[in-house]
Amino acid sequence: MRIQTKADLERIREEGLKALYPPGIKVSVGMATCGISTGAGKVYEAIQREVEKGKLPIRVDQTGCIGFCQREPVVDILEPGKPRVFYQEVTPDRAVELVQQWTANKVIPDWLLCRMDTEEWVSEAKRRDYSILRIPEGMNGTHHYHEIPFYSKQVKIALRNCGFINPDRIQDYIARGGYFSLYKALFEMKPEEIIAEIKRSGLRGRGGAGFVTGQKWEACRKAKGDVKYVLCNADEGDPGAYMDRSVLEGDPHSVIEGMIIGAYAIGAHEGFIYVRDEYPLAIRKLHIAIQQAEEQGLLGENILGSGFSLKVHLFRGGGAFVCGESTALMASIEGNVGEPRAKHIHTTESGLFDRPSNLNNVETWNNVPVIVARGANWFSQIGTERSKGTKVFSIVGKVKNTGLIEVPMGITLREIVYDIGGGIPEGKRFKAVQTGGPSGGCIPESLIDLPVDFDRLTEAGSMMGSGGMIVMDESTCMVDVARYFMDFLKDESCGKCTSCREGTKRMHEILTDITEGRGKAGDLEILEELGWVTAEASLCQLGATAPNPVLSTIRYFRDEYEEHILNKRCPAKVCRKLLHYRVISNLCKRCGACVKVCPSEAISGTKKTKKTEGVPFKIDHGKCIQCGACFEACKFGAIEVE
Amino acid sequence: MISFKIDGQLVEGKEDGNVLEVALDAGIEIPHLCYNESVKPYGACRLCLVEVTRHGRTRMTTSCTYPVLEGIEVNTRAEKVLRARRMVIELILAMCPGDPLIQELAKEMGVQEVRFKKGDKDCILCGLCARVCDEVVGANAIQFAARGDRREMIPPFTAEAQDCIACGACVVVCPVNVIGMEEKGDERTIVRWKRTLKMKKCKVCGNHFAPWFQLEKFKEKAKLPKDFFDTCTTCRS
Repeated sequence: MRIQTKADLERIREEGLKALYPPGIKVSVGMATCGISTGAGKVYEAIQREVEKGKLPIRVDQTGCIGFCQREPVVDILEPGKPRVFYQEVTPDRAVELVQQWTANKVIPDWLLCRMDTEEWVSEAKRRDYSILRIPEGMNGTHHYHEIPFYSKQVKIALRNCGFINPDRIQDYIARGGYFSLYKALFEMKPEEIIAEIKRSGLRGRGGAGFVTGQKWEACRKAKGDVKYVLCNADEGDPGAYMDRSVLEGDPHSVIEGMIIGAYAIGAHEGFIYVRDEYPLAIRKLHIAIQQAEEQGLLGENILGSGFSLKVHLFRGGGAFVCGESTALMASIEGNVGEPRAKHIHTTESGLFDRPSNLNNVETWNNVPVIVARGANWFSQIGTERSKGTKVFSIVGKVKNTGLIEVPMGITLREIVYDIGGGIPEGKRFKAVQTGGPSGGCIPESLIDLPVDFDRLTEAGSMMGSGGMIVMDESTCMVDVARYFMDFLKDESCGKCTSCREGTKRMHEILTDITEGRGKAGDLEILEELGWVTAEASLCQLGATAPNPVLSTIRYFRDEYEEHILNKRCPAKVCRKLLHYRVISNLCKRCGACVKVCPSEAISGTKKTKKTEGVPFKIDHGKCIQCGACFEACKFGAIEVE
Repeated sequence: MISFKIDGQLVEGKEDGNVLEVALDAGIEIPHLCYNESVKPYGACRLCLVEVTRHGRTRMTTSCTYPVLEGIEVNTRAEKVLRARRMVIELILAMCPGDPLIQELAKEMGVQEVRFKKGDKDCILCGLCARVCDEVVGANAIQFAARGDRREMIPPFTAEAQDCIACGACVVVCPVNVIGMEEKGDERTIVRWKRTLKMKKCKVCGNHFAPWFQLEKFKEKAKLPKDFFDTCTTCRS
């Protein structure tokens, strides 16, 4: 059936509400990539088997990621009149047990992540109260969702539906207010009004550069030409970043709805979603979503009977990091090699197939329906002066709670790392946080109170980027970090322009020398000069931002570099070639364990036996390959490393 | 015509032109390697950097890819520009230390020594050969392979470039002259693309003057009479 009127939309919403909040028990398993990789598939099957076996009146469903990736698989149970509960780190065995217990009106407190008594519907500024009548046994001490540090400081706009709907059902999305913004845009707003609203909201591109979205739309609308395109950048290539993936896997319709609204505002009738092929699940979810939206008349010809049409194509990228750059992405869709070109003529005037094209990132598109629904005034209250709304980050690395978080702009890095992230594990000390992916910079402890804001991060030598956030502790060597990112970038530069290709290659070469004890005076100056040229002279933003990891670490950790270069020491004890292993003779029990594991026969000495005292063990530095095997093998702490 | 200033001098350029060609026409020297007027600007070598001021905003950019715009001010000798160009030529020289043209260019630009490990390449990866082959000849026989620092210009799968018509256009445009063309008897070889083709004999002088493939392609492209290439250029004129 094709939806033609608001009444049709309301009818689908009713269907969706029944699926979201069935009369009986509903058990949902988080089945985004993070869940599946920790075994959510088996958990899902186990629950299903249990339900079938016992012919239990339970509906088993799946959903996306609720953000706390570290605690996956997450299973939530919803039953009318009871609080919703979220279980963490569920195994198939545990799943069976917690379902059995629930049917007996009990919970297993130790496995619980949290309870939820009301649910927020962001698009419509409503709350759905679960009208609690009974509390299952064993739940008295369970924290509420909003009391857990991981969630308490989060504000979910982009992730509004992730973990709450089944992404394969368009009805679920509509039930929580989805596609009502599209209706409003098509029937109650003129294209210019939509653009004005988006401009007024202060929304800036979430893909990294932070360009004002409304301005981009306006430029594309005003550009000459009958054929225009809307594009969605889902080529998330930063190592450790998976914001877009989670949105696409958990709430694909939000992106499609945003694109339709944008296309209507701009005057485009064809759209492309460029998604990397390394995201098979996201691709599958998008396929289903596009098909369902078309079947329902929300996409394709004559959308909602408005006369406006939009065809959206899914384009799978081959996984080149550079294809996240707008012109390279467009070249790739055109069937050419994914190489950037000079952008003196904006892509809003001449982009894909030389037509006016508007490219936004997944998260930007996803924000659009909410802004249309709730208005620019509401949106612009969140965030800072020049960075409005929220930002999704994937927080990974040396932090207790890893996962996907959404925070209001302006929150400090300290709040993210210590409150949401729970601080550094194993009692270690925080050292730096890298924001903005491989071409972002490392922000040191002295700047940890920096508010997260497009401009403030750039001032600090880093950038907002798409939202990867890697936390590092004292056991991280900053020179090695810079070398690692340069290794990535020299591989992922398209290689077209000299300054980026050779600049990243030479920076990597010098950094490798420094980490292997071949650093020399003057290296830092050459690195700075190379970094400057790579940033200033390169063709695209990949080159322009590539030196950030090097320049920011030199800026904030210069002494660590100098220690490597001048004293051939790695203070964090990471750079293997700079480590010296030594036997502390008075602690050595002459057991010989180290000799057994040494692969390079670098340890001499003889074992102590009943008959002989043995000869003290010694490490020959000429032969030692700094593998650390002896250090690991010694039970007496008799091997030291410096 | 659109007028603007280069180094204070008033110049004029065509609407779809670029700053580099206008500068060169006006006799203003800007070093460049990957630019050739017969193909679209590409922006690979980064040597033709200049500073452009537009609407009061100054930025460094390559002049070959910068469009001719009314009222812009171009500075080809800014200290920042010269400094960046020096590093760029040093990087190219480090990659191809044996290229005499690069050595000379580096010297002219004030680069005496290379501070990086010397490479052993001869190709500077400007892509002119492939672009001429595609945009001018239409054979599209070669392209870059791989990306990042593994990028190289090689015949497809490092085997013989089977779409190459041995016309030699790439040989002519290569700024560092590393492609190589040899003619022996009735055969022409484009060395770098491992392509050898038989040449046609001129009906008048009897010399083998160009590969059959090339002549067929050109005849088709330029819609020439069937017997146009029966004689060589010398005998035809």
